[in-house]
Amino acid sequence: MAVRLRHRALARWRPGREIGEAIMISGLGAAFFYLFAFVAVGSAFMVIAARNPVHSVLYLILTFFNAAALFLLTGAEFLAMILLVVYVGAVAVLFLFVVMMLDVDFASMKRGALEYAPIGAVVGIILAAELLIVLAGAAFDVEKPAQTALPAPNPVVRHNTAALGDILYTDYIFFFQIAGIVLLVAMIGAIVLTLRPQRAGVKRQNMSQQVARTPETAIDVVDVETGKGI
Amino acid sequence: MSADFLSQGLALSIPELILAAGAMVLLMVGVFVPADRANATVTGLAVALLIAALGWMLFIGGRGEAFAGAFVQDGFAVFMKALTLIGSVVALAMSVGFARAEKFDRFEFPVLIVLATLGMLLMVSANSLLTLYMGLELQSLALYVVAAINRDSVRSTEAGLKYFVLGALSSGMMLYGISLIYGFTGHVGFAEIAAALTGGERSIGVLFGLVFLIAGLAFKISAVPFHMWTPDVYEGAPTPVTAFFAAAPKMAAMAMFVRVVMDAFAPVTADWRQIVVFIAIASMLLGAFAAIGQRNIKRLMAYSSIGHMGYALVGLAAGTLVGVKGVMLYMAIYLVMTLGTFAFILAMRRKDEGNVENIDDLAGLSATNPVMATVLTIMMFSLAGIPPLAGFWAKWYVFLAAIEAGLYPLAIIGVLASVVGAYYYLRIIKLMWFDESVGGFLPVAAELRLVMGVSGLFVLGYVLIGGPIAATAEAAARTLF
Repeated sequence: MAVRLRHRALARWRPGREIGEAIMISGLGAAFFYLFAFVAVGSAFMVIAARNPVHSVLYLILTFFNAAALFLLTGAEFLAMILLVVYVGAVAVLFLFVVMMLDVDFASMKRGALEYAPIGAVVGIILAAELLIVLAGAAFDVEKPAQTALPAPNPVVRHNTAALGDILYTDYIFFFQIAGIVLLVAMIGAIVLTLRPQRAGVKRQNMSQQVARTPETAIDVVDVETGKGI
Repeated sequence: MSADFLSQGLALSIPELILAAGAMVLLMVGVFVPADRANATVTGLAVALLIAALGWMLFIGGRGEAFAGAFVQDGFAVFMKALTLIGSVVALAMSVGFARAEKFDRFEFPVLIVLATLGMLLMVSANSLLTLYMGLELQSLALYVVAAINRDSVRSTEAGLKYFVLGALSSGMMLYGISLIYGFTGHVGFAEIAAALTGGERSIGVLFGLVFLIAGLAFKISAVPFHMWTPDVYEGAPTPVTAFFAAAPKMAAMAMFVRVVMDAFAPVTADWRQIVVFIAIASMLLGAFAAIGQRNIKRLMAYSSIGHMGYALVGLAAGTLVGVKGVMLYMAIYLVMTLGTFAFILAMRRKDEGNVENIDDLAGLSATNPVMATVLTIMMFSLAGIPPLAGFWAKWYVFLAAIEAGLYPLAIIGVLASVVGAYYYLRIIKLMWFDESVGGFLPVAAELRLVMGVSGLFVLGYVLIGGPIAATAEAAARTLF
């Protein structure tokens, strides 16, 4: 129970109280952070730049791996593993299936996209510049309490999977339930949009018929006269 | 977690629980009822569910906050939720005849409408950015599917895909804004954000996040410059779906817009007011001018709705009690007018052509179906804002709020835009009463007759019954201040 109370105190944390303290990364941690961050950004770029769609999906998987590594660096190992299991294990593999099974002509789609590339680049650069101007001044101001990272629970006292479970099913039960309904809607939607009532003229596999076949019903022995054919 | 936390939360959210559990039961009902009766049965039960939720909320349910401030059920929420539920019920009831005639009879349709309505209720009750986003996604996901539900029609599929891609983009922008707001204030709860913004100077990062958040909200109410999807989706989706889109989601999204800016960002009113003023002016002007050239009545109603969202935002721009009351009344009156008009559009059936959608098909309607022509005339006069019909009073409330807040240019532009907009509403009336007849419509189904009759009476009689409605809205608006 003590752990829960401590956690409650964290939940009520407000900027300006003394718990918050900026996390500075340095040394080996910093080196790995930059390694993973650069590879993540680079492979994310390759996802949209690669010519072969299968390569795009593989770069996407690389991006997920690096993002998971970044989670590990901040001590969120549960999120890191979930990212691997859900995104790499399920979503990316599904993408790969879709890309390989659907014969989409990505080259002609890219040609269309190139027409809009100049205007897209202009809008993107303006937006990025504005973001830099706005955020560069404010985000790196370590003096402001709102910008400091929230303290992470001490992993020795409380495992972060347990800490997540603690609040996910209690304080955040409401959001958890809505997320469940959102998934239900996704499921209904997928079925509504793809499942068609049986149409006439479509041949389907009939297991019982197949199993019930015997040599007598399946094979016809015909005595064929030479040179006549059947 | 104490038992109070859960029991109080569950007690307050019973209308939502009715819809959530009911939707799951309906799915099972749909599976076990024979296929030819499934749509009608499930639609009937869905209407009953929505009415049960409405009744519980109005007469039994309590008021207050729950789930650690994530969910709020106050007077404002109850008023806007009632509008949302009424919109869903009427749109669903109107879909029955169309479903039968056009072989559009999937029982999943009413279930998805119930789930979308659940998302809308959560949006209206959102008291933190998390609830807001979850409710919005629940609603949007169901709406994308519903827009594309007629898979054999290329236009319906295109409408669904377009809505999905643009909706996902707007959700992305909104989430980015939310992350900035969280990063710079340290909170997602509306009350906490407001507290963090009072006092100390506001940082430019929060405003940046607010701009992205407003962009996402403006997309959901289809205000300019985030309106592009509206005409295509309105035209492409099956007509009962369009009627639903025009009614319920607009109520919820506008309620969410009002609560976000009036609750969480009240301390920085001057900053968001200029954005809302711009969106309002652009929407009113585009709604007035772009509708002039439209020949398809569903497309015309799309531009009309863009314009009307602009007028509603005029009240929000004022940022006062009178302004919020104006927005609420505007939405209430708009709901009735839009449902009445869509009941008429659904009734535009000919024997050999099925449902027709062109304005020219209305020519000379006064000779063949005088009652229908009269109802649409009342609706069009009201949408144009001719006194003493309801539409006039709606505009009167919001312009009054704008003038009290000193926003004279906004009010003047709004009045001018409504004069321009009157042209296309009046053109329809001219077509019906003064042009050569091109043939009448089939007899109108009972439920459509009822909706047309009630909305026509409401619009005509608003002068008499407007007082108590305005008083209710004012009492409800007070809970935000």
